[in-house]
Amino acid sequence: MPNAACILLIPLLPLIGFAVLGLFGRKVFRSFSGVIGTALVFVSAVLALWAAYGFFFGRGDLPSFSVTVLDAPWLVFYKGLSIDMSIVLEPLTVIMIVVVSLVSLMVHLFSLGYMKGEPRFATYYAFLGLFTFSMLGLVLAGNLFETYVFWELVGCSSYLLIGFYYDRPSAVAASKKAFIVTRFADLGFLIGILILSFHSGTLNIDDLSLLSNQPQATGASTLFLGFSVLSWGLALVFIGGAGKSALFPLHIWLPDAMEGPTPVSALIHAATMVVAGVYLIARLIFLYALYPGVLEIILYVGAISALLAAIVACTQTDIKRVLAYSTMSQIGYMMFSLGAVRPGGDPTAYTGSIFHLFTHAFFKALLFLCAGVIIHRVHSNEMKDMGGLRKTMPFTHVCFLVACLAIAGIPPFSGFFSKEEILLAAFRADKFIYAIGLFTSGLTAFYMFRLYFSVFWKKPQRADHAHPMPLVQSIPLALLTIGAAFAGFVPIPRFLLLFSETEPAHASPVFSIPPVTIALLGIGIAAWLYKEESDRPGRAAAALRGLYSLARNKFYIDEIYLFVTKKIIFHLIGRPAAWIDRHIVDGLMNALATTTARISASIKGLQSGKVQDYAWFFFIGIAGLAIFFIYIYT
Amino acid sequence: MSQVPLTHILFVSTALFFIGTYGLFTRRNMITMLMSVELILNSVNINFVVFNKYLYPEALEGVFFTLFIIAIAAAEAAVAIAIIINLYRNFRSIDVEDADELKF
Amino acid sequence: MGWVPFVFYLISAFILVSGLLAVTSRRIFRSAIWLLFSLTGIAGLYFWLGMEFIAAVQIVVYVGGIVVLIIFSIFLTQQTGKELPPPVRSRTLFSVLAVCFGFILTCILIRQYGFPPPPRYTGNPPDMSVGAIGSQLLSISEHGYALPFEVISILLLAAMIACIVIAIKIKPGEK
Repeated sequence: MPNAACILLIPLLPLIGFAVLGLFGRKVFRSFSGVIGTALVFVSAVLALWAAYGFFFGRGDLPSFSVTVLDAPWLVFYKGLSIDMSIVLEPLTVIMIVVVSLVSLMVHLFSLGYMKGEPRFATYYAFLGLFTFSMLGLVLAGNLFETYVFWELVGCSSYLLIGFYYDRPSAVAASKKAFIVTRFADLGFLIGILILSFHSGTLNIDDLSLLSNQPQATGASTLFLGFSVLSWGLALVFIGGAGKSALFPLHIWLPDAMEGPTPVSALIHAATMVVAGVYLIARLIFLYALYPGVLEIILYVGAISALLAAIVACTQTDIKRVLAYSTMSQIGYMMFSLGAVRPGGDPTAYTGSIFHLFTHAFFKALLFLCAGVIIHRVHSNEMKDMGGLRKTMPFTHVCFLVACLAIAGIPPFSGFFSKEEILLAAFRADKFIYAIGLFTSGLTAFYMFRLYFSVFWKKPQRADHAHPMPLVQSIPLALLTIGAAFAGFVPIPRFLLLFSETEPAHASPVFSIPPVTIALLGIGIAAWLYKEESDRPGRAAAALRGLYSLARNKFYIDEIYLFVTKKIIFHLIGRPAAWIDRHIVDGLMNALATTTARISASIKGLQSGKVQDYAWFFFIGIAGLAIFFIYIYT
Repeated sequence: MSQVPLTHILFVSTALFFIGTYGLFTRRNMITMLMSVELILNSVNINFVVFNKYLYPEALEGVFFTLFIIAIAAAEAAVAIAIIINLYRNFRSIDVEDADELKF
Repeated sequence: MGWVPFVFYLISAFILVSGLLAVTSRRIFRSAIWLLFSLTGIAGLYFWLGMEFIAAVQIVVYVGGIVVLIIFSIFLTQQTGKELPPPVRSRTLFSVLAVCFGFILTCILIRQYGFPPPPRYTGNPPDMSVGAIGSQLLSISEHGYALPFEVISILLLAAMIACIVIAIKIKPGEK
């Protein structure tokens, strides 16, 4: 187990990378910046693995559940309530830093080859370093406000990276959309933090967790609109998490965020940033467990997101959009699994969610990186321009296939284990949600294999030029493939429950039959429709006319948002506000100024320069004074 | 002398004073303004002399004040004429309305 | 009414009428002459009061010096035959009002106060001879005016120099 300084280095090394590459990368290091960035993240990843090893395997004698590595008071409001910069290691935290640093390392390596020749190479690596620092800081934070600080930093890095190709108006619009939507959700997060801190008197996450043992804390009794204030606070915090994790209805930014470079999508919008919301809820799960009402909300929002995204993904033709909706769907899984947590029940819901987070990071990053290779090969994002690539890109083919099998939940790949836990938890909590989860996993298998067959099996659509993949690109793909295949065997649930006395639950193998069957059914339908060129997809789409067009247009949610903002908010609120500002507020100031100027101009005329006028004023003054002093002042 | 009360003579000097003031306000020519100022000064002289005569007959202060005022008025008139001549050279007129450059 | 007050009222009328004409005349030369008459009238008033010395000084300095100076300046600066422009109507009106107001106010004040003579009169006849004036002017005792005399002489010197400096004409050749 490394000491506090090494733990501190884990987030600091990428920050140093950001500073150095940001300041000196363009002029001094140029293409060497990639190596610097990668090396720093490599050391960070090694330290994270070492910390994980020490935490899980070397501390059997230590009784406490979390280790506070650093606690530095920063902004003290009053005794007990302060914003500290603290780093706390919990099992969840340790797993997260391993995931984040490993995936970041893979992306750094991959980008060495993928972004070669890019003029802003050093800037790209600087931004990647900034993002890695922010994400690591977020997961290591021990104070809720500190989490918020890093939350915003993550949002800022995402903005910078999505809008990396800033000369493309679509990229600029996408980065703005991502930032604004997540910022809007963060408003809820901030209010939630304020409510929580006010009613519990502390911002320290560990102390907040301790509160869960005393439900008769002040916040639990105060009611607001029928619900207790603390549950409002927790719901607002969930809104913040939902924004960052692209849950319905705050998901609109995620598909547009695909405008960024593909490795960025792999890092941010697959493995790390979008799971920040899941991480936040999981971290505070002890508090959430006290309020089943809020958990119901989380359950349904997660389930709706999962189902909605899966339906939309079946009709998209842009490969990155399909993967984006797939991410949204999987995060929906993680979220509704957390929503299925019941106090006093078994911990499957919690462990399943985090397990799925762990495995999803591997196979989703792998999918995105493979997509990057494919896009680079055919110079297009659209599925209709791809086909028959299994002959020309065998290595990528194998990686992609493994990842698709993992996400579909086919044993023995990693996705199978994590999905099984989630479905088990859903089954125990709410049968209806279990049914939705089952159906969605079928849809997942269907659209992923629709993608697979369209890309690798159809007739080749265009002649492409084959060139060998550089080592820096193939190594990350290989490592991630191994992870996607075998990560299911890492006993994450056991790690998570290391310090509590409960044992992770196991289900009988019979339970796994329905999900696997539905997944195979989905794969079969996809193969039937897409393996060869045919008009079957067209006929199937025509048969489901209404639903198909609805899904194709993403359920018109973007249009609804646009309508609300443009027609309602801009017209009804924005325009009058602007009018008031321009005519009344500014008008008042201008009136003040012009009145002063006019008065001054008229007084100015008194200084006429004529002697007789002055004599006149003189006389008036003396006469006035004389009368005053003789008659009035006695 | 004692048949004319002091106040009557003061009325006369007051009237002269205000005639001079009227001339100061109304006249546009600088030299005529100077003449009005001389009238004002003379009214003050009358006041001093009369006070000396009626209220303090043994003292001579009023006389001295009058002498000094006459001397000063002479000096002032001389300097004023010099200024008027200078202004005339610059503005080519001694209309007081033309000398109004010292303004806003 | 005895002839002493009658003479006084005659002289005062003369002074005031001349003064009025001096400030309202349209021709500048006539205005100067009316001023001359007014100042001579004031000298006459001094004679009536019995202050011969002051009267003499008035005639010598004011009439003989200042009015002559004014006439010289009239010659120097403009044609004397031309008529002066009439004053602005509104200004005349306001000035008349202001002057009347001031006059009435002052007269009321004078009448109110009354100017009672202070009871210090011991009955000695006043000594107004030139010799007495002269010796008190130059004495340095308690009632002496030697210091103001000296100051006045310096003032006159300064005024002389000032006049020369202000009115001197710089020849175009030497700047």
